[in-house]
Amino acid sequence: MKRFIMAAAVLAIGTFAVTAQGSDPIAARKESMKAVGQQTGLGARMARGQAAFDLTQARAIFAAYEQAAATYANLFPEGSQTGGETAALPAIWANRAAFTAAVAKWGADARTEGAKVTDLATFQAAFGEVTKNCGSCHETYRARRN
Amino acid sequence: MIRRLLVLVAVLGVVAGAAFWWLTMPQRLAPAALAGPAPNVENGKLVFAAGGCASCHVTEGQPDRTRMGGGHGLKSPFGTFYAPNISPHPERGIGRWSEADFANAMLKGVSPAGEHYYPAFPYTSYQRMTVSDVRDLFAYMKTLPADATANRPHDLPFPFTVRRGLGLWKLAFLDGEPFRPDPSKPAAWNRGAYLVEGPGHCAECHSPRAFTGAITADRRFAGGPNPEGAGWVPNITPHRDGIASWSADDIASFLADGFTPGGDSTGGAMASVIRNTSQLSEADRAAMAAYLKALPAREGRAPPRR
Ligand code: HEC
Ligand code: HEC
Ligand code: HEC
Repeated sequence: MKRFIMAAAVLAIGTFAVTAQGSDPIAARKESMKAVGQQTGLGARMARGQAAFDLTQARAIFAAYEQAAATYANLFPEGSQTGGETAALPAIWANRAAFTAAVAKWGADARTEGAKVTDLATFQAAFGEVTKNCGSCHETYRARRN
Repeated sequence: MIRRLLVLVAVLGVVAGAAFWWLTMPQRLAPAALAGPAPNVENGKLVFAAGGCASCHVTEGQPDRTRMGGGHGLKSPFGTFYAPNISPHPERGIGRWSEADFANAMLKGVSPAGEHYYPAFPYTSYQRMTVSDVRDLFAYMKTLPADATANRPHDLPFPFTVRRGLGLWKLAFLDGEPFRPDPSKPAAWNRGAYLVEGPGHCAECHSPRAFTGAITADRRFAGGPNPEGAGWVPNITPHRDGIASWSADDIASFLADGFTPGGDSTGGAMASVIRNTSQLSEADRAAMAAYLKALPAREGRAPPRR
């Protein structure tokens, strides 16, 4: 059962990325981030003590981040700067290497920090560390809400 | 006839000039207002966090949030303001200032030389602070490292370069009222009201402004265009355009970790605000949340669709 939850979370994010990638990269990257947001919502509630801590769930969050990061940088092909409602900033295409590195760092942090999680305290520390990537990437590469 | 007219014009000119001079005269605190016990540096540190001074005054281009060398540019429809050095450096900062100089800056928007400050320095909110919090804040700021960054002049067109004219603006928009607790409300609400309206200066970003630069009162906290340029600052009243769906706990937790109930991580100017509010006590964050939840629900103008 626990494995199943974890696999489902990973798949949910992975599939979005793969299926929609060819057809509509803007929709795909938004779905990918939406799923990341859902995982983060779960994580935040556990870290705050608003929801009971569940080790399997906790590990699934990091696995989901890692999985999303594995494909996320591919969802910004040339030409997808516009053509739909997107908050992706031109800085992504202007600094492609730096953006790809930011995605990779997020994935790598998810892997190393996720491996340290054994209980609520280690989860809080790891979750806080990995989610620093959210704000720092959004700061540079995502437009403020319209 | 012509000569009489000229005399009249000259007299009127002098009267108008005198009126302008009198109306725009900087107001200061009475010295007795500053009396009190020795300041509390620990509380000053909390006031510093609640006031978000680091968000604007930290030395540009380095991460240490206790180095107050300034240099951060604040864009506005009137031009760009550069936050000055407020570290204890004797020449470049405010190391030679007296407590009265500091209190007049924070509560009256007046410099030691008697000039008006631009309201880009949000003293329109800071005027609500208690004198004792301001004294504690000053004592804490003296413990911060001196920084030798030189002040950068603001980038403003005429006539906004004339500080004296700000006296008229202050006359119209600065009431000089300290925060007055409402005894009919719970203590937490009053604490939250003080933190949000005073040091927290939340309304300064979360409200639309008239062409004069003053906040539109009936839309206070209902969101508006980002004063710094692109984007929109959200409505934070309990309206469905705003954060009606957030519980008080959601808001208090958001002020600690920056995650919205939907799992998004906040960004832009708010990320910097969270770095400050995360240093407050849990009770203070809960108080701020209680105050926001109790605000009248105000409709925000819908943000423009892209
Ligand atoms: C390396 C960059 C990067 C990282 C790391 C990152 N994001 Fe994003 N995120 C983006 C970009 C770019 C967008 C805008 C995509 C678009 O609109 O095309 C976005 C959009 C979003 C959205 C809005 C999705 C929607 O509905 O359109 C959410 C929610 C979100 N991110 C949450 C997170 C969270 C939570 C984290 C951390 C766990 C995170 N992001 C990490 C780059 C990143
Ligand atoms: C939104 C940005 C912003 C925030 C937040 C802010 N300031 Fe300032 N501050 C400014 C600007 C801009 C000026 C310059 C005003 C002028 O030149 O008229 C200024 C000026 C000052 C001055 C006068 C310095 C001088 O050399 O005359 C002092 C003192 C000061 N701020 C203290 C503070 C303290 C203490 C806090 C936190 C409680 C704070 N400020 C928060 C923007 C800010
Ligand atoms: C310097 C400007 C600024 C100040 C000061 C500021 N905010 Fe914000 N706030 C923002 C911006 C910009 C956003 C939107 C961030 C985003 O899009 O991720 C925001 C978002 C929020 C949100 C989330 C709303 C939503 O719908 O997602 C809340 C709640 C909030 N602020 C509360 C506060 C409180 C309480 C204070 C005072 C302590 C405050 N803010 C002070 C600029 C500011």
